[in-house]
Amino acid sequence: MIPGSFEYFAPTSLNEALDLLKTHGDDAKVLAGGHSLIPTMKLRLAEPAVIIDITRIGDLRGVSEPDGKLVIGALTTHYELESSALVQQKVPILSQTAAAIGDVQVRNKGTIGGSLVHADPAADWPATILALDADLKVAGPDGERVIKATDFFQELYTTALEPEEILTEIHVSIPAANTKGVYLKQYQAASGFALTGVAVLLTRSGDTCQKVAVGVNGVADVAYRATGVESELAGKTLSAENIAAAAEKAADGVDAMEDIHASPAYRANLAKVYAQRAIAQLAS
Amino acid sequence: MANQVIHTAINGQEHTHEVEPRMLLVHYIRDVVGLTGTHVGCETSLCGACTIMVDGQAVKSCTMLAVQADGAEIMTIEGLAQNGELHPIQEGFWECHGLQCGFCTPGMIIAAHQLLQRNPNPSEDEIRHGLDGNLCRCTGYQHIVDAVQYAAEKMQGSRERKEV
Amino acid sequence: MTAVAGPSRMIGAPIKRREDPRLIQGLSHYVDDIKLVDTLHCTFLRSDYAHAEIKSIDTAAAKDLPGVVTVITGKDIEGKVGDVPCGADLPGLKVPDHPALSIGRVRFVGEPIAAVVATDSYIARDALDLIEVDYEELPTVVDPEKAIEAGSPLIYEEFGDNIGFTMPLEAGDADAAFAEADHVVSGRFVNQRLIPNAMEPRGVLAQYLPGDGSLTVWSSTQVPHGLKTNLGLIVDIPEHLVRVIAPEVGGAFGSKLNVYPEEIVVSYLAIQLCKPVKWIEKRTENFTTTIHGRDQINYVEIAVKNDGTITALRAKTIADIGASYQLLTPLIPTLTNLMIVGGYKIQNVKVELIGALTNKMATDAYRGAGRPEATYIIERIVSMAAKQLGMDPKDIRFKNFPQPEEFPLEIATGITFDSGNYQASLNKALEIVNYDEQRAQQAELRQQGKYMGIGLCTYVEICAFGPSAGVPGGGWESATVRVERTGKVTVLSGVSPHGQGQETSFAQIIGDEFGVDIDDIIIVHGDTGRQPQGIGTFGSRATAVGGTAMVVAAGQVKEKMAKIAAHLMEANPDDLVFENGQIFVGGSPDQAVEFATVAGEAHTAANLPPDTDPGLEATHFFEPSNFTFPFGAHVAVVEVDIDTGEIDIQRYVAVDDIGNIINPLLVNGQVHGGIAQGLGQALYEGAVYDENGQLLTGTFMDYAIPKATHLPRFESDHTVTPSPVNPLGVKGVGEAGTIASTPCMVNAVVDALSPLGITQIDMPMTPNRVWQAIQDAKEGGNG
Repeated sequence: MIPGSFEYFAPTSLNEALDLLKTHGDDAKVLAGGHSLIPTMKLRLAEPAVIIDITRIGDLRGVSEPDGKLVIGALTTHYELESSALVQQKVPILSQTAAAIGDVQVRNKGTIGGSLVHADPAADWPATILALDADLKVAGPDGERVIKATDFFQELYTTALEPEEILTEIHVSIPAANTKGVYLKQYQAASGFALTGVAVLLTRSGDTCQKVAVGVNGVADVAYRATGVESELAGKTLSAENIAAAAEKAADGVDAMEDIHASPAYRANLAKVYAQRAIAQLAS
Repeated sequence: MANQVIHTAINGQEHTHEVEPRMLLVHYIRDVVGLTGTHVGCETSLCGACTIMVDGQAVKSCTMLAVQADGAEIMTIEGLAQNGELHPIQEGFWECHGLQCGFCTPGMIIAAHQLLQRNPNPSEDEIRHGLDGNLCRCTGYQHIVDAVQYAAEKMQGSRERKEV
Repeated sequence: MTAVAGPSRMIGAPIKRREDPRLIQGLSHYVDDIKLVDTLHCTFLRSDYAHAEIKSIDTAAAKDLPGVVTVITGKDIEGKVGDVPCGADLPGLKVPDHPALSIGRVRFVGEPIAAVVATDSYIARDALDLIEVDYEELPTVVDPEKAIEAGSPLIYEEFGDNIGFTMPLEAGDADAAFAEADHVVSGRFVNQRLIPNAMEPRGVLAQYLPGDGSLTVWSSTQVPHGLKTNLGLIVDIPEHLVRVIAPEVGGAFGSKLNVYPEEIVVSYLAIQLCKPVKWIEKRTENFTTTIHGRDQINYVEIAVKNDGTITALRAKTIADIGASYQLLTPLIPTLTNLMIVGGYKIQNVKVELIGALTNKMATDAYRGAGRPEATYIIERIVSMAAKQLGMDPKDIRFKNFPQPEEFPLEIATGITFDSGNYQASLNKALEIVNYDEQRAQQAELRQQGKYMGIGLCTYVEICAFGPSAGVPGGGWESATVRVERTGKVTVLSGVSPHGQGQETSFAQIIGDEFGVDIDDIIIVHGDTGRQPQGIGTFGSRATAVGGTAMVVAAGQVKEKMAKIAAHLMEANPDDLVFENGQIFVGGSPDQAVEFATVAGEAHTAANLPPDTDPGLEATHFFEPSNFTFPFGAHVAVVEVDIDTGEIDIQRYVAVDDIGNIINPLLVNGQVHGGIAQGLGQALYEGAVYDENGQLLTGTFMDYAIPKATHLPRFESDHTVTPSPVNPLGVKGVGEAGTIASTPCMVNAVVDALSPLGITQIDMPMTPNRVWQAIQDAKEGGNG
């Protein structure tokens, strides 16, 4: 219940934060919403010597809409994304995913950036961010760079972010009018994390699937795009049979996780069932 | 590690203390400020017993450092009743038998407070979802739902009266 | 015995709780809210291993940490404090030593090894990391069936095996009945291990005053009096110098019906250090080292005639009792034996019970304590029998119920059911749920490929513990009723409510007795300094036993007041009526005296009738003549999504007969909460240890207690069959919901999936498990 001692910094600018990160290196942990970090510190599973609290950097928070895309500050909370009229209108799957996270208190404090960087395989954001083909902008000692969502999640709790980098923005293209999305999830009953979550963006022309993007989390130790589903359905009529056949591939080539909450077979099954239901819902 | 000075306003009263950076906000409120109505029920940010309002948002005060609350306006369960009069949510919990052992109750009431701020007329389903971050082991939640509905109606009524 | 009567009765009224104003404003005081000057903070180092020899413990670095006052290990207190007590006394029970801090060997993860005391809790926590323990790991056994096999690693070498006790029970001639049976229905049931998880973890604050040699202990407990007696003996302070206070207690569900190592060690430290010492349990500690519940494996068979008559039951139960005994550990599964025939007239019974020691936390009383297991066994097997015989599950129940006129009814296991009308409660539940219509809809949905299920559970349970012959340490309860000089009424009770609301319901009882407003009555409980003798709150006993004690005591006071009032009015005491704060002559209300006036006269004592002592106070110890036996019928309607295994609860109807009802609002609360916990077991909860004895479900991240979104709206109703055992006619309601809802839900889900050939799904019925059962059934069907 009680964290170990640490030195605490609350920089008010990004540069200040990056300098601190460079100075303290591996001894430091970046604190955003705190909902992953603080519990692990209380259980002393993490005992960082330095905490860099970036929540007072105002620039990293909020959503704007330049040039046909949404730019989401990494410190934007789940609740802000859930309740933002702009997000609800332009990319509703983001609001819907945000609303499926944890509980109200967690959504009030937890940030999209914190969640993405933590890369918990059962977190909700990765599926949706993958399906949206988002770009993740990071800042480091050598300046800024952009990482594609599909390159971002690498392994369990591991992303393409370098130790001295900070995620600053998430860029999401606003889907065209004929593209609709939905996120379906089974809650792990205790934690509220996704036992399995499937995010689907379906672009249709008439009854045909022009393109479908399917992100899946909770199944493997890292979130993934179900490319088998996508290629199977692209260009095909959105019939129940075609959707079902495509959804069957939602866990193809994936090494599904086993833990006390679910078997690999069950997780793979959920990926298929939710892929099928999500696509069918969007196709109807 | 160097202690830090923090300033907060809790239930309208200003406080200044020097704290260790690692001190959890809930310990600050309970043990330093001395407001023990906010409870601690777990270490993993799931039970919600420690829920308080920080700058208008319901948060779990066991998952926040006291230093993070520097400059914040905080409301705990002790700050909900005004001038000796119960808040409609408190009244609802009393009228509808929304509590038994009472340990989860302060956090539950604060979570309900946030819910009704954002959604003054919630459905039963919305109430249940709004309270998903708060565990109760005694009531089976039904009377808690009733309590929130009672409060919603009462608060709607007083809003309507004000508008008239 | 005094009759409870009066025209303006508060008994039966849904009066809102008098406890609530302090609780809803954050103004109450749980243990951790009590702050004494100079309090030191204690924390415990606990075993990381399920079974290991402790080669050495090095506390030097911890002791050197600034702010640390002391660090003690088992060896430091060996011979100075007594063992953690076990109150059970079964024939042939093997009782191991149980030091408060382990010495030499640890036998489960979380077992306390050392205690640190520091000036604040943060320093105490830091010091834990500085203690070095050298362990030598030993082979571990966590599966109770493996534990009782020859060759298993031994929890206690001196016992020669891991069988803590066995308890056979035989009545009639079960073997003969099986030989003549038309059908034999059998099953293996697993009643998984549960973690009670009261929302307030445990906590202890102890203060020793060397001047008078007194020890005061605030503990989050259900049994302050038992704790007082035991602690005095264990830490060697005379009982009359020990005071235990259960302040506001944040739920318990049986988990605080105990004497724990931490209560002993913190008391010892307070005595040694002559300063207040506090320990507040963390949730992670609560998971590993507060008692667990259930954990039985049952092999069950029943002999059934073609018409559905059940003639015999045979069962073998392996109860996992964990690595050491807490207060009632071995007793709990024996209650399963007693109640195993449920509400059915099964005359021939043969049961074998084995208590298995394993490298896990001790099991003990968790809401229902032995009866949920019995009810699960009988209600599952009866439903399976109905299926096998092609009967409706309601019909097999009606077939085997005793008739209302047969009560009091001695059953095969040797206990006597006080009163009952099982037909009435089942009929009412069927009516509320609209059973025939539900069955018709089920048939229709099955045509559409939908899996709707209807589950029944008719239960009888044993409550109001109870006659002293059946409860270790006594089953009576005490109460003192005092009318103060101003007419205010003080009731001191030996029971210890912790959420049940008896500051309200007891006041209703006393209000009716004296005809005074409940605001003029205060109920004091949970403090051995104010009510020195008592037993506590558990086993749905508080109102039936504790309430009766105060009714009798109040009757004695009332008699004296009537005598004084009669003297003042020159009337006959037998003609007086107590009502609306007045005492008047029945039939002539003008001839009256204020209740408060009589109270004043009793204390002024200048004008008392002859042979009347001053004061208005009486204490009564009530010894019940029998247990009570609440019963009822629950019905659940569910639909199962067979693609995902998810269960949608569409209706949940509970008809509980708990005898007379004092406060329907509180009763509803108890029923709802009970059902929620029972559904928690059916659907979500289960403690999982890995083969090394590590608890994998050690936080709320992995152990799911039901959330608001997990539960439906419950429909609760009642039939009323008063108990003849106490003058209030009450039976007890604390555990009924938990006992009934678990098998009810399993019956519903199995019923939903019965077209697939599924006959059993073990708990918790997680979506994964339900889905797997469906896959297995499909494969079985194809193969």
